[in-house]
Amino acid sequence: MLDRFDPRLDPLPPAPDRGKLIRRLSRVLPRKALIVKAEGMRVFETDGLAAYRGMPAVVTLPGDTEEVRAVLEVCRDLGAAVVARGAGTGLSGGALPVPGCVLLGLSRMSRILDIDPVACLARVQPGVRNLAVSEAARPFGLFYAPDPSSQLACSLGGNVAENAGGVHCLKYGLTVNNVQGLEVVTMDGEILRLGGETLDAPGFDLLALLTGSEGLLGIVTEITVRLTPLPEATQVLLAAFPETRQAGQAVADIIGAGIIPAGLEMMDKLALTAAEAHTRAGYPLDAAAILLCELDGAPADIACDLERVRGICESAGASLARIARDESERQLFWAGRKGAFPAMGRIAPDYYCIDGVIPRRALPEVLDAIERLSREFGLAVANVFHAGDGNLHPLILYDAQAPGELERAEALGGAILELCVAKGGSITGEHGVGREKINQMCAQFAPAELETFAALKRAFDPQGLLNPGKAIPTLQRCVDHGAMHVHAATPSFAHLDRF
Amino acid sequence: MPRHQASPISIASEAGDLAEELAARVADAAARGAPLRVIGGGTKDDLAQRIEGEPLDIRGHRGVIDHAPSELVITARAGTPLAEIETVLAAAGQRLAFEPPLYGAQSTLGGVVAAGLAGSRRPFAGAVRDSVLGMKILDGRGRTLRFGGTVFKNVAGFDAFRLMAGAFGTLGVLLEVSLRVAPIPAACVHLAFEESWPRARGRLDDLLRRPVPITGAVHDGAGLLLRLEGPEAGVAALARELGGLDDAPTAWEDIRRRRYGPLLAERLWRISAPRRSDVDAVEALAESPPLRDWAGAEIWLATGASAEQVRAAAAQCQGHATLFRGATPGEAVFPPLPAPILALHQRLKRAFDPAGVLNPRRMYEEV
Repeated sequence: MLDRFDPRLDPLPPAPDRGKLIRRLSRVLPRKALIVKAEGMRVFETDGLAAYRGMPAVVTLPGDTEEVRAVLEVCRDLGAAVVARGAGTGLSGGALPVPGCVLLGLSRMSRILDIDPVACLARVQPGVRNLAVSEAARPFGLFYAPDPSSQLACSLGGNVAENAGGVHCLKYGLTVNNVQGLEVVTMDGEILRLGGETLDAPGFDLLALLTGSEGLLGIVTEITVRLTPLPEATQVLLAAFPETRQAGQAVADIIGAGIIPAGLEMMDKLALTAAEAHTRAGYPLDAAAILLCELDGAPADIACDLERVRGICESAGASLARIARDESERQLFWAGRKGAFPAMGRIAPDYYCIDGVIPRRALPEVLDAIERLSREFGLAVANVFHAGDGNLHPLILYDAQAPGELERAEALGGAILELCVAKGGSITGEHGVGREKINQMCAQFAPAELETFAALKRAFDPQGLLNPGKAIPTLQRCVDHGAMHVHAATPSFAHLDRF
Repeated sequence: MPRHQASPISIASEAGDLAEELAARVADAAARGAPLRVIGGGTKDDLAQRIEGEPLDIRGHRGVIDHAPSELVITARAGTPLAEIETVLAAAGQRLAFEPPLYGAQSTLGGVVAAGLAGSRRPFAGAVRDSVLGMKILDGRGRTLRFGGTVFKNVAGFDAFRLMAGAFGTLGVLLEVSLRVAPIPAACVHLAFEESWPRARGRLDDLLRRPVPITGAVHDGAGLLLRLEGPEAGVAALARELGGLDDAPTAWEDIRRRRYGPLLAERLWRISAPRRSDVDAVEALAESPPLRDWAGAEIWLATGASAEQVRAAAAQCQGHATLFRGATPGEAVFPPLPAPILALHQRLKRAFDPAGVLNPRRMYEEV
């Protein structure tokens, strides 16, 4: 299990003296911002990847930028690792405490500082919930576009750390495309203001580098996001296909026709069957795959493009292509998709959600390969796919009580991710590497690239205190993992001793 | 060849592949500590600090490697002329979202991305770094590194490739770039309104908080130019609502080709400021009416005022000023950086280019 850190493979600093750490922190933080008792720290033991657990040395909950800076100063002086945490909904173990660390929770910094309806900008603290931004902007006819499935609970700070996505990324972009400014506290105690109200900032694009850096480079204490005008109208089409390949073809043809859907989701037979049993969304059970295609914009344009989408789906072989007859049916079509994950509970005790990305054109062969792997590992896999942007979420079904099944699920997940890389894709589209996919990074990146990432980290954090053991594997870990990236037919890490 | 080999529709020839040769050149320069000057089409040489150094010409490293229209992605070698990219895309009804300004027919993809400049569509369709999906680069040791990929969503590793957009080749020699592309909308209408900037600004404040199909808003001193692009019905409806004069696309073409109003000035300032900011301080320095692109967030200014005056005026409206053209030798081009941010630039430079051979001092004296 990857929640066991290995001092040989992970770059962890030695745990500092806990008593000294608590004394120093209690001098700079109010009482309510410091948690030292085990029962109080228990809730911080894990994040959205609940299979991984670890206890921090202490939990700090700073209330403002100065307190964040003070915590980092103590950690720097004592050499303590720092693990930042937003709402703890992340799915890759990014907020998993490492041994002896100071957990830095940003939940108390939860104020919306400003909504500027004319500039279409919102300035918020990192602990603000994603959906709260859209709710505050709605009276002005605006919303915050990135909408990860956890948007009810997840925080903007966490969204920035993970470069979070959602179902509307194809049209509206990821977090990185919607953040215009950050305030960041660095490990050397500087407060940096990157971007802000201007569309660009002088020098290198540090704003882009910080976004998605998974808590390894600095602590974000304020965020300026762009708000998007709410579309006039939204409509969805449900299409069902006798063969998965036909659905993949329809996706390519829709996008090839110059239509950019607000959302384009695909579910395979196992996923749609479970979702239908769970939600009664009206999905046809005889289909091998269904597509949900959502368009937004001016009503006349949507109507016209939906007809084109319907024609494309029918030409691709759809047995059904139906536009939701009203808003409640539109909601129902989506409810099925949104319920797909919980629906897995009906067919298996546990599921493990994978987050691979592939070029869309590779979809048919990747689905075939996943089916082969599924048989090989003896675990069923249901596929839910953000088809518009190539982000595949295979759900591996297993039973944690059955000996060895979790390990088998992890191994199958790793194999699927390595398959995605081989097809020109990525091991993660929106969940982040965190701890979970640390070994698969060795498949996606060559040693020189991983070394460059490490050098980038040192430029911000020379002592290696920020979220160590996450996101960027050491070369030693890659050697140990074995499934190594092979670059131009030269075995990687040839210069390193093998154990 | 790279690990991303998902049945690419290969257009580029091996003849245009100079990656190994370029890598050897960089490694050799690093070993000797000899600074390199990376050369593309040479159309933007005077847009940053002119520098000395052994020329490293990437123009021979060219060709579109992959473009499958339904993937909305194009991958090409950095020496590929921008014109060639645009031709390939247009044939499929697509284009680059960020509307790169055209500085000359020789312009290369690598130069466009390294300069990180976006045209009038920037506020509506994103910057260069928003379109970049991945890159293959040479670092300052001559090592070939690949960051990002060819897919839209990819959060593995730091986004080192976005850092390259606008870094003027100081962090890496661009070898290949994958860009997200956009479909060309069905309808396009150009409108003109003879009105003062304050009036135009009020109009934009009202318009841009609505979901309107606007992809360009420029004020040239005489009036507001609006470009509407999108689906037929939406564009037609907005055009009817706005009225205005049906305008020829000439002005937009001239702005994109940098031959409009103050863009032709020999000493030209570019000020990036919040759209809403009161730019009186900047206005006071102008010799001729400034050109306001990006719905007012990018101001082009011809002035004989001193650099201190212009930078102070920009700061007064919460913006920053770049001496875009006409810097005297040694004169700072880019806005000065706060000390901790400059220190980070130096450390990042060392991380990618420890010997300091890639376009040193092209952006900042210390980087």
